[in-house]
Amino acid sequence: MHALLYLIVSLLAVAVDFFLLGAPFVAALEVIIYAGAIMVLFVFVIMTLNVGAPGTEPAGRRSAGRAWIGPVVLASVLLAEVVYVLVVSAGGVSGGSSISPEEVGRTLYGPYRIGVELASLLLLAGLVGAYHLGRRRSSEEREGER
Amino acid sequence: MISVPMEHGLILAGVLFAMGLVGVLVRRNILFTLLSIEIMLNGAGVAFVVASAHWHKADGQVVFLFILAIAAAEVSVGLALLLALYHRFKTLDVDAVSRMRG
Amino acid sequence: MLQLLGLIIAFPLAGFLVLAIGGRVLGKKAAAVIGVGSVGVSAVLATLVAWAWQGQAYTQEAWRWMHAGSLDVQVALRLDELSLVFVLVVAWVGFLIHLYSARFMAEDEGVSRFFAWMNLFVASMLILVLADDLVVLYLGWEGVGLSSYLLIGFWYKDRANGRAAMKAFIVTRVGDAALAVGLFLISTTLGTLQIQEIGTRALQQWPVGSGVAVAAALLLLAGAVGKSAQLPLQTWLPDAMAGPTPVSALIHAATMVTAGVYLIARMHVVFSLAPGVMTLVAILGAATMLLAGCSALTQRDIKRVLAYSTMSQIGYMFLALGVGAYSAAVFHFVTHAFFKSLLFLAAGVVILGLGGEHDMFQMGGLRRKLPKTFWVFLIGALALSAAPPTAGFASKDLILLEAWGSESGGAWLLAAGLAGALLTSMYTFRMVFLTFFGPAKTEPGEPVNDAGVVMGIPLAVLALGCVFAGLLNFPAALGGSPMLVDFLKGTLGTAPGAHAAPHVEMALTAVSVFISLLGIVIAWALYVVRPELVRGLVRTSVGSVVRGLWFDGWGFDRLYDVCVVRPFTWAARVNRRDVVDYLYRGIAWVGVMFHVALSRTETGEVRWYVAGVAFGAVILVAILVWL
Repeated sequence: MHALLYLIVSLLAVAVDFFLLGAPFVAALEVIIYAGAIMVLFVFVIMTLNVGAPGTEPAGRRSAGRAWIGPVVLASVLLAEVVYVLVVSAGGVSGGSSISPEEVGRTLYGPYRIGVELASLLLLAGLVGAYHLGRRRSSEEREGER
Repeated sequence: MISVPMEHGLILAGVLFAMGLVGVLVRRNILFTLLSIEIMLNGAGVAFVVASAHWHKADGQVVFLFILAIAAAEVSVGLALLLALYHRFKTLDVDAVSRMRG
Repeated sequence: MLQLLGLIIAFPLAGFLVLAIGGRVLGKKAAAVIGVGSVGVSAVLATLVAWAWQGQAYTQEAWRWMHAGSLDVQVALRLDELSLVFVLVVAWVGFLIHLYSARFMAEDEGVSRFFAWMNLFVASMLILVLADDLVVLYLGWEGVGLSSYLLIGFWYKDRANGRAAMKAFIVTRVGDAALAVGLFLISTTLGTLQIQEIGTRALQQWPVGSGVAVAAALLLLAGAVGKSAQLPLQTWLPDAMAGPTPVSALIHAATMVTAGVYLIARMHVVFSLAPGVMTLVAILGAATMLLAGCSALTQRDIKRVLAYSTMSQIGYMFLALGVGAYSAAVFHFVTHAFFKSLLFLAAGVVILGLGGEHDMFQMGGLRRKLPKTFWVFLIGALALSAAPPTAGFASKDLILLEAWGSESGGAWLLAAGLAGALLTSMYTFRMVFLTFFGPAKTEPGEPVNDAGVVMGIPLAVLALGCVFAGLLNFPAALGGSPMLVDFLKGTLGTAPGAHAAPHVEMALTAVSVFISLLGIVIAWALYVVRPELVRGLVRTSVGSVVRGLWFDGWGFDRLYDVCVVRPFTWAARVNRRDVVDYLYRGIAWVGVMFHVALSRTETGEVRWYVAGVAFGAVILVAILVWL
């Protein structure tokens, strides 16, 4: 639960970043959809599961210490590679001018029309999938045994 | 609207991505795995928006919109799976569902 | 008429095929008829061809066998003086022995198998002597080796026979391998394996005593030594007596063991280019002659005495070859074929008559019980001991004359020859006296009392041959003329020692006759008059050691066992898991290791798989960035 809240804070911070870079539209979108819808969904799930206050971390015996080393090393190697590339390549600046929502809209429904269609298909698929997976009936046990 | 060197923005994106990756790898609770994935997606989005601001075009923001749509769909399906898993195994430990081992 | 040359080989070969494929269907009588008949036809054809022969070397080409690079091998048969002599002897003696074995093997159930392999043998031997090309000769060489193996182990139900057959095959194989290497050497240096071509090219290209010539001659000699059971590859011949008596007569007395003699005579041009090797041939011959003679003196089995005797007589032939008297060697081959096969066949009658008894000390007094056999055996023994006026006397006399007259070691070789002659008559008549004289120890059984007609005819013919074949080349000092030597001059040239003065020849002849008779007298004294002397001699400490050594063939079997067989079996034992196999098992093992390693990556845990993806991403980015 607390993790969720911290994530929302992070998302809000990123939204501010977007605003500073001159992309007010996506900043708004970040807050509304990401922080507003998706995180709320998480909250709903936590409520439904009734997992209890500290979370369902089982005993934490392996998560503590040893299990962190590998992933941290891996991720930091990846990060180091990316940073290296960025540092040695010629830099540029971003930001400086604002891009209006109108412009975004034009681009979206202009060259990227097909992306819109695909995104709606995707959302449909997600909808159907979530509905199907979330279904619970007494016959589900029988289906599961088949 | 200030201008920022592009590297900084992209490094921010990279850091976000890396942190999300660590989270996915370390956390045993499926919920936290999904959260970490969200962080990774967010990081990718930051990269796109920074690039779009660099080129002063709207394309990056459009892509960010798509990423958002993807994240939404993925979250809904993922959480539905999580619920199903919880009802089946009575635990949220991702290592408990390793029945497809070698 | 000369075109019938190929048919001489074709008939026995056809006989072999028919009997091998349909033997069991045909039955014993038909098998015997086919087996004997095919060789009979072959003998008649050989006589016709000989009669039609004009004196020119005749080559009959059949087909081209192989053509690779500069090497062109034709399957061709050559009829010249040397091969004519050998063909006639092989075909006729072969026919007589086949006739004999029709009766000898009549009780055996493997009759068709026997005649099939005997026919194969005759065909191979004829191929060997008629070959115009060394590759065809090698074909015949291998064929006789194979037939010998098959026939020694004919009674395969007894494992000892199989072991004897294998020993024969393996020991001769050593020689065969050396011969093959010799063929390779000749073909690569001279570019041909056609025998006459080899002669001309070798004379042009190889200086006398050059390394190539010596190497080639040595390798050919090794092959000859193996097949002819001379030192150091002689250990197989006594054990080869495990085969039926006709086999011993045909293969291991008259013909196959003389293949080495034929080879050296045929390739005498190559040998003449390596005088050192010629001397070696003479020395090997003399050494084998003496060693075998001593061993023959101690044997109990009548066939083993004859085996060692064969070894010894071929030693004489090698001695003659070594001093350049090729014709003398061939003459001795002819006479030896007659008297040795006669002795073997007569011994066969004795063995059969006594129900399978081989031990001479269990025989005795058969003079009265088997009179016909006794007389032919006596004739054969006299021929073997070179008593005048038998054929053996003529040929051995010629060899001794040549040995004396040669440049290399004349006196030594003569002395060796005379010592060998003494030993020969001693062991031969020891055999005669033990078997036919003295008190009878076993009763002749019913099946073959004495030789019947079928067995008697070959014995009689061979006995006649023993007496009259000598006229082919009777010593000039006693009124004969060197017909055979003159006949062979076309192919073999003249021998160095052939032109001795008549009084020298007379003296030599007198000495050799004296030695032969001396041997007979000594044998008489030791085995008829005072048998206790020998027993006492053997019981002394020195005597028993010497006797044991000679009985074992001078310990060669033990020597080879220690030096060759034991290390080989040890190496085979150590290598039981086959070192080379590790390579292939290693490949399989690597595959399994990979499998084990990779299966461990399938854990079923999501986080592990994500880690894998992340790791891959790291690698990819690294490649993109730095390469």
